[in-house]
Amino acid sequence: MITIFGIPLQAFLGQLLLGLVNGSFYAILSLGLAVIFGLLNVINFAHGALYMFGAFLAWMGLSYFDLNYWVMLAIAPLIVGVFGIFIERCLLKHLYKLDHLYGLLLTFGITLLMEGLFRSFYGVSGQPYSTPEALRGATNLGFMVLPNYRAWVVVASVVVCLLTWFVIERTRLGALLRAGTENPRLVEAFGVNVPLMVTLTYGFGVALAGFAGVLAAPILQISPLMGSNLIVVVFAVVVIGGMGSILGAIVTGLGLGVIEGLTKVFWPEASSTVVFIIMAIVLLLRPAGLFGKEK
Amino acid sequence: MNRQAFGYVLFVVFLAAIPMLGIYPIFAMKIMCYALFACAFNLLLGFTGLLSFGHAAFLGSAAYASGHAIKVWGLSTELGILYGVAIAGALGVVMGALAIRRSGIYFAMITMALSQMVYFYFLQAKFTGGEDGLQGVPRGTLFGMIDLKNDLNLYYLVMAIFILGYFIIWRTVHSPFGQVLKAIRENEPRAISLGYDVERFKLLAFVLSALLAGLAGSTKMLIFVSATLSDATWQMSGLVILMTLIGGMGTLVGPVLGAFIVVLLENKVGDFGAALAKLTGVEWFQRLGESVTIVIGLIFVICVLSFRRGLVGEFNAWIEKRKGTATNVT
Repeated sequence: MITIFGIPLQAFLGQLLLGLVNGSFYAILSLGLAVIFGLLNVINFAHGALYMFGAFLAWMGLSYFDLNYWVMLAIAPLIVGVFGIFIERCLLKHLYKLDHLYGLLLTFGITLLMEGLFRSFYGVSGQPYSTPEALRGATNLGFMVLPNYRAWVVVASVVVCLLTWFVIERTRLGALLRAGTENPRLVEAFGVNVPLMVTLTYGFGVALAGFAGVLAAPILQISPLMGSNLIVVVFAVVVIGGMGSILGAIVTGLGLGVIEGLTKVFWPEASSTVVFIIMAIVLLLRPAGLFGKEK
Repeated sequence: MNRQAFGYVLFVVFLAAIPMLGIYPIFAMKIMCYALFACAFNLLLGFTGLLSFGHAAFLGSAAYASGHAIKVWGLSTELGILYGVAIAGALGVVMGALAIRRSGIYFAMITMALSQMVYFYFLQAKFTGGEDGLQGVPRGTLFGMIDLKNDLNLYYLVMAIFILGYFIIWRTVHSPFGQVLKAIRENEPRAISLGYDVERFKLLAFVLSALLAGLAGSTKMLIFVSATLSDATWQMSGLVILMTLIGGMGTLVGPVLGAFIVVLLENKVGDFGAALAKLTGVEWFQRLGESVTIVIGLIFVICVLSFRRGLVGEFNAWIEKRKGTATNVT
């Protein structure tokens, strides 16, 4: 049997893949956070709760309306996005002129509210969700057995992340968005409806979280607390990467997922803290984050 | 004697009389403990303008450290408390030194992430008892003379600790050091240009806040004779923000009032839900007690949207408006 540093190759690659899967979620979520922060100057604490909402929507779709995974993968992000637009229009909008911290506190309150509601209906134990038929099983690559669904999660996330990057960095719409990030007043003076852009950006950012939630549904237990456990790690990812760059958020997310996976192989006790340790080191060496610009 | 001092004297007399008034002493002690925690937190948010989202780490680590020192090492109660406070302070130095490297929103995220790291450490470490927590810590005696197993004796100890902590904060806020902190809160670049070493002041404020939060944690451990994981969760960090927000950040009395309201809420929401279920016939309200987070989240949203000055802050504003002068209740 082939081994790497005394670890069987299969186990090693398995953890690496698991790390990539987690990294995909980090990437999508930190990407959404970065997009929202860029235009709204709000750190969306509710991101984790909306991710959980997405996962629950997938589960609800299947158990109440018999809608399968693929349908929900399309619908759930839309619902989460519309819900986000509702939050932005009714609540967040009133806070833009104030200190950014209030946005964080408001979304924190929304998180508690959503988690509490889901907990009162579904309890804390997780709901199972079966993997869609087309992606069951595993492919034998010769050197490792690749579970199809996990591979799909990584591919789908990377594609969505790169599409987002493309739209923001390479299209006219994205140019407007970046201009709005730099100087919203000037962009508004050119006749662009900035408030609408802000609303849609928030909706899009949280739709990404909903998408990640549906992707996560078959591999993780769907529970009301699944989001908040993740969001704290994503915060650390955002601090490490810095929120200045879209590609930076994607790379940092995937990279940290892999590091976390590898830590699980070599030093399991540290796997839950390794991201935070890296964050501390980055803060000491490069306070602005790996891809951030010092303001 | 001015009005403010008179108010404080009245309040201390009231505190001292609580056990005679038939109020359950553990409940009153819990409120004082959380009040001290919230005051310590407010020193940072209200008077320095730094939002820490990780103060539970100090509460939790002091509770665990004191509990461990008293139960396993057999330290006396007062030394155990001091040890817990020292551990919280040391953690404050490390967390503070890292967090003040960024400001604003990043500061909040960094403190939160670091406190989550502390949480994971407590979850895995052997001495904390994992999910069960550290149970059955003996309360011992104070200076070998006063038996703390007696709730009444403990009550007066907790009261003394609370008053001491509050006094330290009051003194800090009204000192030249406190003035510099306020200057940093109002306009950091200006404070730098005036020649203040802003980073050092921020770190000092952070450590002081951590020490006092630790004092609250050790005291809480003594009251409930246990240290549990829930003390170190980010939900606890959120709760202390809420206490400060409801009461009024940047006021001295606010967090005390906020702590009172939040503890009362935690204890009474179940009854309220049951009453609501009876009234409306909606079965779901019965479960309100189990999910206090819904109510807390709702209050959070309402506070942030329409009540940002908090109860004491709104009261001060109302007084000022009525008088047209600038006297404060702080």
